[in-house]
Amino acid sequence: MTKTCCQNNATDEKYQKLNKVIEEYKEKPGGLIPVLHQAQLIFGYLPKDVQIKVAEGLDLPLSEVFGVVTFYSFFSLKPRGKYTIGICLGTACYVKGAAEIVEALEKELGIKVGDSTEDGLFSLMVTRCVGACGLAPVLTIGEDVYGRLTPEMIPNILERYQ
Amino acid sequence: METFRFQVLICGGAGCISSGCKAVLTKFRSELKAHNLEDEVNVVETGCIGTCDLGPVIVIYPEGVFYQKVSVDDVKEIIEEHIIKGKLVERLHYQHPAFNEKVPLYNDIEFFKRQKRIALRNVGLIDPQVIEEYIAKGGYSSLGKILSKYTPEQVIEELKKSGLRGRGGAGFPTGLKWEFARKAPGDIKYVVCNADEGDPGAFMDRSVLEGDPHSVIEAMTIGAYAIGAHQGYVYVRAEYPLAVERLSLAIEKAREFGMLGDNILASGFSFDLEIRVGAGAFVCGEETALIASIEGKRGEPRPKPPFPAVHGLWGKPTLINNVETFANIPAIFQKGIEWFTKIGTEKSKGTKVFALAGKVHNTGLVEVPMGTTLREIIFDLGGGIPKGKRFKAAQTGGPSGGCLTEKDLDLPMDYESLIAAGSMMGSGGLIVMDEDNCMVDVARFFLEFTQDESCGKCTPCRIGTKRMLEILTRITRGEGKEEDIDLLEELANSIKSTALCGLGQSAPNPVLSTIKNFRDEYLAHIRDKECPAKVCQALLKYNISSEACKGCGLCARNCPEKAISGEAKKPYKIDQSLCVKCGKCLEKCPFNAIYLK
Repeated sequence: MTKTCCQNNATDEKYQKLNKVIEEYKEKPGGLIPVLHQAQLIFGYLPKDVQIKVAEGLDLPLSEVFGVVTFYSFFSLKPRGKYTIGICLGTACYVKGAAEIVEALEKELGIKVGDSTEDGLFSLMVTRCVGACGLAPVLTIGEDVYGRLTPEMIPNILERYQ
Repeated sequence: METFRFQVLICGGAGCISSGCKAVLTKFRSELKAHNLEDEVNVVETGCIGTCDLGPVIVIYPEGVFYQKVSVDDVKEIIEEHIIKGKLVERLHYQHPAFNEKVPLYNDIEFFKRQKRIALRNVGLIDPQVIEEYIAKGGYSSLGKILSKYTPEQVIEELKKSGLRGRGGAGFPTGLKWEFARKAPGDIKYVVCNADEGDPGAFMDRSVLEGDPHSVIEAMTIGAYAIGAHQGYVYVRAEYPLAVERLSLAIEKAREFGMLGDNILASGFSFDLEIRVGAGAFVCGEETALIASIEGKRGEPRPKPPFPAVHGLWGKPTLINNVETFANIPAIFQKGIEWFTKIGTEKSKGTKVFALAGKVHNTGLVEVPMGTTLREIIFDLGGGIPKGKRFKAAQTGGPSGGCLTEKDLDLPMDYESLIAAGSMMGSGGLIVMDEDNCMVDVARFFLEFTQDESCGKCTPCRIGTKRMLEILTRITRGEGKEEDIDLLEELANSIKSTALCGLGQSAPNPVLSTIKNFRDEYLAHIRDKECPAKVCQALLKYNISSEACKGCGLCARNCPEKAISGEAKKPYKIDQSLCVKCGKCLEKCPFNAIYLK
């Protein structure tokens, strides 16, 4: 019982935060995308309930909110792992062997691109150019950037987060 | 004002941050404190110095000594030798890959010496987080001059005379764009900066926003004055959090100093800026899609005309320029039209920033006069191709452009010559490829990109690129048919002429250009089922050299498919029908007897 109550409290707190964000952007034209960015920061992803809340708050049809969420690759309908690994598949990274890095990560984590590990620790994503082409191939984990990668380096890098 | 004996510039660009420059910076500060030198040595965290491959890099003035790959452990030595004793730390100097000599001074290094920095004039030189440093370099003087002495029409006239053209891709004359927005009827107008730098392999806009954000703010304010706008937006892609952070700080500082907001510099003119962060959609770099995204909608383009200059954000006249274009403008008004028009070629004035990446020694950002040849960029500034490999091609214009080959090495890089050579300037991505890159695979890569990023609104792009990708994929798998090349060309031409926006219209370019320049390579994949560059996995076969094989049997024991057989001490053989190309044998062979063909 206690657990449920605290979870509810935590969720309530998140919705309170969301309401504040909605209030801030309600009168601003074109506020939907900034609100969704904030909502994803608060909840980690954008489940249906959150989308409904945003739609009601900004007085937009839910279909429009859903349309925007699914259009942009940054918004996620599924919960993501604690750490999101982004492998850059920009041109510079690609010609320098990013495909092998993807393979090594998939093998090491036992998941495919777009999925999360069962322990909820890692999500594996492919990103567009992160702009660190001089260091290609590159991957990002949260705010950290790793460059000049070889497949052999992958296990060591992952270890730092386990 | 305080004076320092030394200025230590530490590159805080994204590349150097990934190489660990923050720790070097902290170490510098603590070591200087330990040596009681804080009052004599000023440490500045700058934007990208440009040599991303050599990071973390630092430059120490007054001499301008350049140190590369500086680690935390090197800091003590630099302070004790260079700062205290005046002796240079030779082992950290740059060395041109082709020569043995070390080059201690920044100004003597080919990579920097041959550059002409206008858009990047302050990047890597000033602390982007300190507005006073920008002002000390002449920043906001153009804005001051314009607000006090120029009419909006004069600003536009000057800009037209400068010959500046859009640096985001198409090269449209900037002054003309401003004039259209000025002349468009309406009380409310907007200025938008397109910082949705999506071309994979280009990062000059990021570098400007991170290293010199005030130049963009100043230029946008000038633009707003010229067209009569009071609100502006900078649309930055979500992949650039540091750019957003530095730009937000710069906007705040500019407001504090009276360069933004109400009554700018007591001129009576008001203008303010807001940042809008993208959400990961390449198509939003297209101006009408970008506008839709700022409006909070799906980033889908719409047909043009009407152009944004007439019917843009919320239906109002809108001026959209790219970051690099804006960054040129304060410099043009500061130094004058005459100075600017002397740089570059007849039709392409000024400079262009290229993001040099791929198979080249010195990767990073270079800004050179328009008309510099590809050879100079790749071999003189870039230091040539690593590992003694042969130059094969350079891709310009990203997924919308095409490739240039050996015959184009002496081509002057300007808008017209690149189009004539079947490529385009684009935003300035320049990816160098060597003999180990398969051009069919590269074409497939670009199509995969554009197909994935197609917004789906128009049929030619949504379905056409998908069909092209399928054909390219089957060619790289060895399932290509003789007629595939013709089919690709036919599809490419119809998509080019019928797609709604720039993304679709230019998506077939990499395919057409690789077919034109590397038809033999396509044919090798289709007819001979071979990948000459040995990239396409499905076309590779593992073989055992009968001379090198000692018959140890290690490969056979490790083969998961039991595809290798043979007798002890005699050469082993691989049964190609069983081989799954896992590469285990190649990995295990102690005699390097296994090769790919």
